[in-house]
Amino acid sequence: MNAYLVEHKMLIGVLLGIVFGIVSRLLMLTTDYRQYPTYPHGRIIHISLGVIAAALGAVAVPALYNKDYTAITFLSLAAQQFRDVRKMERETLTKIDSLELVSRGSTYIEGIAMVFEGRNYLVIMSALLTSLFAIVWNVYLGIAGGILSLLLVRFLKSGKTISHICRSEGAEVRVDGPDLFVGDIYIMNVGLQANQEIIKERGMGFILTPYNPNGKVTISNLGQRQAILYDLSTILGVYRDDGEPALIPMAKLDMKDGRLAVFFLPQEKDMTKALQVINKVPIMEAAVRMPTEASVNKEAQSNG
Amino acid sequence: MAKIIAIVAIEREKIGGGAPIFIEPDEKAMQQTAFLLEKILDASAHDLKNGTIVIVNHH
Repeated sequence: MNAYLVEHKMLIGVLLGIVFGIVSRLLMLTTDYRQYPTYPHGRIIHISLGVIAAALGAVAVPALYNKDYTAITFLSLAAQQFRDVRKMERETLTKIDSLELVSRGSTYIEGIAMVFEGRNYLVIMSALLTSLFAIVWNVYLGIAGGILSLLLVRFLKSGKTISHICRSEGAEVRVDGPDLFVGDIYIMNVGLQANQEIIKERGMGFILTPYNPNGKVTISNLGQRQAILYDLSTILGVYRDDGEPALIPMAKLDMKDGRLAVFFLPQEKDMTKALQVINKVPIMEAAVRMPTEASVNKEAQSNG
Repeated sequence: MAKIIAIVAIEREKIGGGAPIFIEPDEKAMQQTAFLLEKILDASAHDLKNGTIVIVNHH
């Protein structure tokens, strides 16, 4: 058995790399509340691209081992390929988005496309590490390396959520004549009494208080706000239809202190669930700002 | 930019300008007309709190 393993070291290394690459892709492929990827064809696309990525990553090491250095240029081809896929992903989602009752918004779409590309690179990394360990040392270390890379992938795949940057709590929805407030934050003017009644009855309000200036800038981003509304409406359902422009979910900022008021009409009025959903909304990579890291602000802090 | 596409009002003298104007005898009739216009035009009704409702297209 051992002699066989040593004799076919390259082949086994590559196969092991591919297997771990595919496993890591499957690990990252979860259809969660964001309802993406779609079932079943979206999945097939993701898995098959994962297989290609795994194969590319796995063959890189034997290529180097055989002093076939030009074979590495292969990887650049892969990068090009995945960039194209990202573009395709973005186009599809943008087209679908125009037919949603509550749209995802381009920031969310960009985020998904970016994640899609990034995950394929993680698969390449996982396959590369596994085959490297298996070929340079032995199969068992290869398996250990593979498991290590899976842990690394698990760690790298998850980003931060809203609960990391602000505290969210339920707030009263107040209809004062045509004026609509969530807590003390003004949302919009609703002219029709019929709509005011619906809002009084079904409306839900939340106030998000950021912990620090970084969070303040992030939740003031329009794409981030749209992501919150989108996630709420996919999970709790949205009380809305085409041709009902007044019943639109909305998030408005209190410009004085940076709190965000979210107004929303759910199908299922459940405050605990809604707060859970808000806390789990991913932070858009494009929305993240770190003003406290800037040198001007750091100096100001150290000066007192 | 948002655009006013219709105005529903009670007093004719208060209103002027380029959008179609609908005059109604009382608050209730004004609400009804605004309701219909909102659904027909797919634009939101906003109350100016002076006996006037404007139908605004936000798209």
